[in-house]
Amino acid sequence: MRVSFGRSSMGLDALIKAQNLTKRYDDFLAVDSISFEVFKGECCGFLGPNGAGKTTTIKMIHCVLPLTAGSLIVSGLDVSKRQREIKKMVGVAPQEDNLDPDFTVLHNLLVYARYFDIPKSEALKRSDELLKFFQLGEKRNVIIDQLSTGMKRRLILARALINEPQILLLDEPTTGLDPQARHLIWDRIRSLKKQGVTIILTTHYMDEASELCDRTLIMDNGIIIEEGKPADLVRKHVGEDVLEVDYGDEVMKDLQEKFPDARLEVIGDRIRVFTSQPHGVFESFLKDFPTKGAAIRNANLEDVFLKLTGRRLRE
Amino acid sequence: MKSSRRIATVFSLPNLTYRVWKVWLRNLDVFMKTYKVNFFPPLLEPIFYLVALGYGLGTLVQNIQGLPYINFIAPALIAISMMNSSFFECTYGSFVRMYFQKTFDAIIATPVSIEEVIAGELVWGATRSLISSSIVLGVVAAFGLVTSPLFLLIPLVAFLTGLMFSAIAMCFTSLAPNIDFFNYPAFLLITPMFLLSGTFFPLTDLPGFIQIFAKAFLPLTHAVSLTRALTIGNLESSLLISLIWIAAATPVFFILSINLMKRKLIK
Repeated sequence: MRVSFGRSSMGLDALIKAQNLTKRYDDFLAVDSISFEVFKGECCGFLGPNGAGKTTTIKMIHCVLPLTAGSLIVSGLDVSKRQREIKKMVGVAPQEDNLDPDFTVLHNLLVYARYFDIPKSEALKRSDELLKFFQLGEKRNVIIDQLSTGMKRRLILARALINEPQILLLDEPTTGLDPQARHLIWDRIRSLKKQGVTIILTTHYMDEASELCDRTLIMDNGIIIEEGKPADLVRKHVGEDVLEVDYGDEVMKDLQEKFPDARLEVIGDRIRVFTSQPHGVFESFLKDFPTKGAAIRNANLEDVFLKLTGRRLRE
Repeated sequence: MKSSRRIATVFSLPNLTYRVWKVWLRNLDVFMKTYKVNFFPPLLEPIFYLVALGYGLGTLVQNIQGLPYINFIAPALIAISMMNSSFFECTYGSFVRMYFQKTFDAIIATPVSIEEVIAGELVWGATRSLISSSIVLGVVAAFGLVTSPLFLLIPLVAFLTGLMFSAIAMCFTSLAPNIDFFNYPAFLLITPMFLLSGTFFPLTDLPGFIQIFAKAFLPLTHAVSLTRALTIGNLESSLLISLIWIAAATPVFFILSINLMKRKLIK
């Protein structure tokens, strides 16, 4: 699927440009000829069910997975040829915890800085700043095993920033964290964006994507099925308001009559009514039909996601 | 055609830079953090062997090639420690770092390449061999069993032998579907070498075909010959074959193991 190139005409440069990017394992097509651009300074979200090809795409961007076909240019450099230069300017926070369990918090950062040829004194300075930034200052001499999941996540993010990257790749940065830790990480991601870091983020949390991403790409089965600003996607696919009502045959019939254009979805014992009509369309229904358990809420990205990728469980 | 290309890729020269040392340094950092645990086995193990086999069993054994039994086995203990430390470092040790700790994944997200990670692991394995065998050498010397100044060359043999065993080990690691797999090479390769490489009795006591087999396929045989000659100061021309065997096998396995690991990790 082609994506809009409108933003580049507004003077924004494509920092990452993929054309017909493909990754095939023996008989499995993980990424199926996708084309996309990521612009300088934006936060771009890759959404999709498990196995959609998000992580594979991320790994090709930071040069640890070779492409099967297509081209992928990061900051003007070809990922198949200029790997070291690309890796120097990219920071990666992987899904899995791959911190060094034998080292302390600080030592993890110092050893990682060494891989980038950062001199020791500079590495110490940056580590102190990063630990403060992620509220890990008090843990600097603690062994990794003694950290909570949230602390490990923050340390992985701090580590991803040790080389002062222009591009930050965050693969499910808040999976498994408590709300406090999530909000702290969101806050830090926003502040990095303000500093001009280009961010690519994968997530299963649609609220996270709406909160952080300027633009989202929705992937499924190795292809990009939709692309756009979160708010635009919501408006385009699920409208502004969603009506939720407890299921009943009577109610169902009534809804169908009242909203012939609407899409009715029955999930468990609830009916969800989606419509392209503007805000306020359900107010009168609610007044005429004071059913218990009826509510109007804002349409959100999760509605879009489920509409586009279906409700079938993956993997 | 296809298979010849396959063979060509497993022997293609890796592109290595100074970054190999960054991986080596990472392992050294871990080693120094746990140095107490790391120093004790190579310190204590040879003492047990020398006391039990050297003094104990040795009283029942006649001189071998003009040497008291304890003098005969002492250099073998040094060579065995080269093999064990490097082989187990690059099987169990590397597998844990690769599979359980995901350390390799973390490193290749930086400018360090996968080839450099594996080369760093191999050089580190060789370093483990150097450290362990030097400790054993110290113990052997303390027992008064080093009788030639040529012993100063043993660390060189240790590094080269260690590099060879690391590379052989890494080939197994590239094939290992899980960590239990290493029971096979440990039992089918390391144990026979431990016993049949001229370690605790001379190779010449064995049937001819086993002697040939040991010299051709059990690299520890050559490490033992070299170490024994340097410990007691008895240089013979046959040592040249041992040196050539190790010097030839090391680069072959070094390159092979890097390419096999690359194939396993980068798909």
